[in-house]
Amino acid sequence: MNTFVLGLIVLAYLISLTYLGFKGYKKSSTDKDYLLAGGEIHPFVMAVSYGATFISSSAIIGFGGVAANFGMGLIWLTFLNMFVGVVVAFLFFGRKTRRIGHKLNAHTFPEFLGKSYNSKAIQVFAGAVIFIAMPLYAAVVLKGGAVFIEKIFEIDYNIALFLFALVIAAYVIAGGLRGVMYTDALQGTIMFASMIFLLIWTYKTIGMGFGEANIHLSEMASEVPDKLRAIGHMGWTSMPKAGSPWWYTLVTSLILGVGIGVLAQPQLVVRFMTVKSTKELNRAVLIGCVFILATTGIIFTVGAVSNIFFMQTEGQIAINAVKDLDKIIPEYIKAAMPGWFAAIFMLTILSASMSTLSSQFHAMGTSIGRDVVSTLSKKQRNNTRITRGGVAFAIIISYIICYTLSISVIARGTAIFFGICAATFLPAYFCSLYWKRTTAKAALWSMISGFSASLFALLFMHAKESQALGISQFIFGKPVLFDKMPWPVLDPMIISLPISILVIVVLTLISNDSAAKNKTVLA
Amino acid sequence: MFGISDPGIYMAYLLVFLCVIFAVVYGIINWNKE
Repeated sequence: MNTFVLGLIVLAYLISLTYLGFKGYKKSSTDKDYLLAGGEIHPFVMAVSYGATFISSSAIIGFGGVAANFGMGLIWLTFLNMFVGVVVAFLFFGRKTRRIGHKLNAHTFPEFLGKSYNSKAIQVFAGAVIFIAMPLYAAVVLKGGAVFIEKIFEIDYNIALFLFALVIAAYVIAGGLRGVMYTDALQGTIMFASMIFLLIWTYKTIGMGFGEANIHLSEMASEVPDKLRAIGHMGWTSMPKAGSPWWYTLVTSLILGVGIGVLAQPQLVVRFMTVKSTKELNRAVLIGCVFILATTGIIFTVGAVSNIFFMQTEGQIAINAVKDLDKIIPEYIKAAMPGWFAAIFMLTILSASMSTLSSQFHAMGTSIGRDVVSTLSKKQRNNTRITRGGVAFAIIISYIICYTLSISVIARGTAIFFGICAATFLPAYFCSLYWKRTTAKAALWSMISGFSASLFALLFMHAKESQALGISQFIFGKPVLFDKMPWPVLDPMIISLPISILVIVVLTLISNDSAAKNKTVLA
Repeated sequence: MFGISDPGIYMAYLLVFLCVIFAVVYGIINWNKE
């Protein structure tokens, strides 16, 4: 496809985004408009926006590459994304969050937690954690989009990164959550349609049906590199050897870390407060589940099956043909798909990145603007202006972090953030909905202990991060604190989430304070 | 079935399928709806 046609497609896409961003800007006159899209979003827009925010270029490029390496075991993550990320999230968390959020007049996730426990400390701490931890997640998504633009347009990575960040900044700062959700709906629709095509064309390209391809992939198990076989890789249609390092990485980091962490994602929780009734949430269950299946279910399957394509065309498996996990899917699209689809898929990746990034920037901006600065400030200020400043600041921070990232980092960066969110927020969030006796003190200490335990495990226990950071080596003279299996390969969330749960339960049970003294009465 | 012999992978695909069925049925029943 020539650059002129490619440019036209991108121009049409950008004009559509500008129109939707402007529409959001025109309708954003109050704090509630800017922070909660007015609280009356259509269920289709809400569900597709939730899905498009959840499924980023990290899921498509990062985890698609991971599926090429790990195989179909990643389909467990699709199941958790659908069951936990949509069914449990919407029906058991979303319905109550919407109702309580409306009653408390909460506009952000930290504000929801803070008002639930009648504690400004909780709101400020939650806002600070989001602002500290989320830029890493935003940076890996930003990198995913920029790498793809670099490969397709064959332009300098630095220019791709700058232009990409600039376009998103424009409509998030101007349009607020309404602009974000309108553009999400367009981007989600593009993602859905192109994923369906990708699935059909993949099986057409390799000349096999679903069952036949799986049999062929099973027979390719002998092609697994010896170094991967030694750590538990059993082939692309088998789960890794139970208890092996490969199994722990797949199950604890990639499947559980992301699968459970979704429940406490600030940028997703706020979606529940943008609809006006439970009817919208009921409808969103159907739309959300189908969307998640069509995105993660397809890319994880295609990622695994791409090994057949690379074997047919280059005589070697995907990871040997491409080397960098984050470049397997872009290379596969370029080599296996028709030229015109490469342009459409580029829009899909841009859409996936932009829909997630816009929500991340919005969440970070509202955290620093509304939850930290406005809460700590004694003066009455223009909240929307502060939030817009926070969004701009968050974009700059994420942009800078992009330059520090190494290769094959996209999926791992996502899993780290999801794990930190689960350990820090999930127990306090769950108890704010379902355990009225929980005290503010217990919730705050649960959040502090969950966040601290996550950081400790990342710095001193989980080999991938502790070896790279070198702090454990510097202090203790060894790369990880405990080198006996499975500690070096156990995801930090598996350690920090139980600690956070234990703290909130024990502190609540031993507290003499009644809930009425500590919490805003919700009934 | 479908060329997948590993029960771990087979179960994952089965659960995904059941989850979609649940979402579609739940969504339709509660479309216009303590």
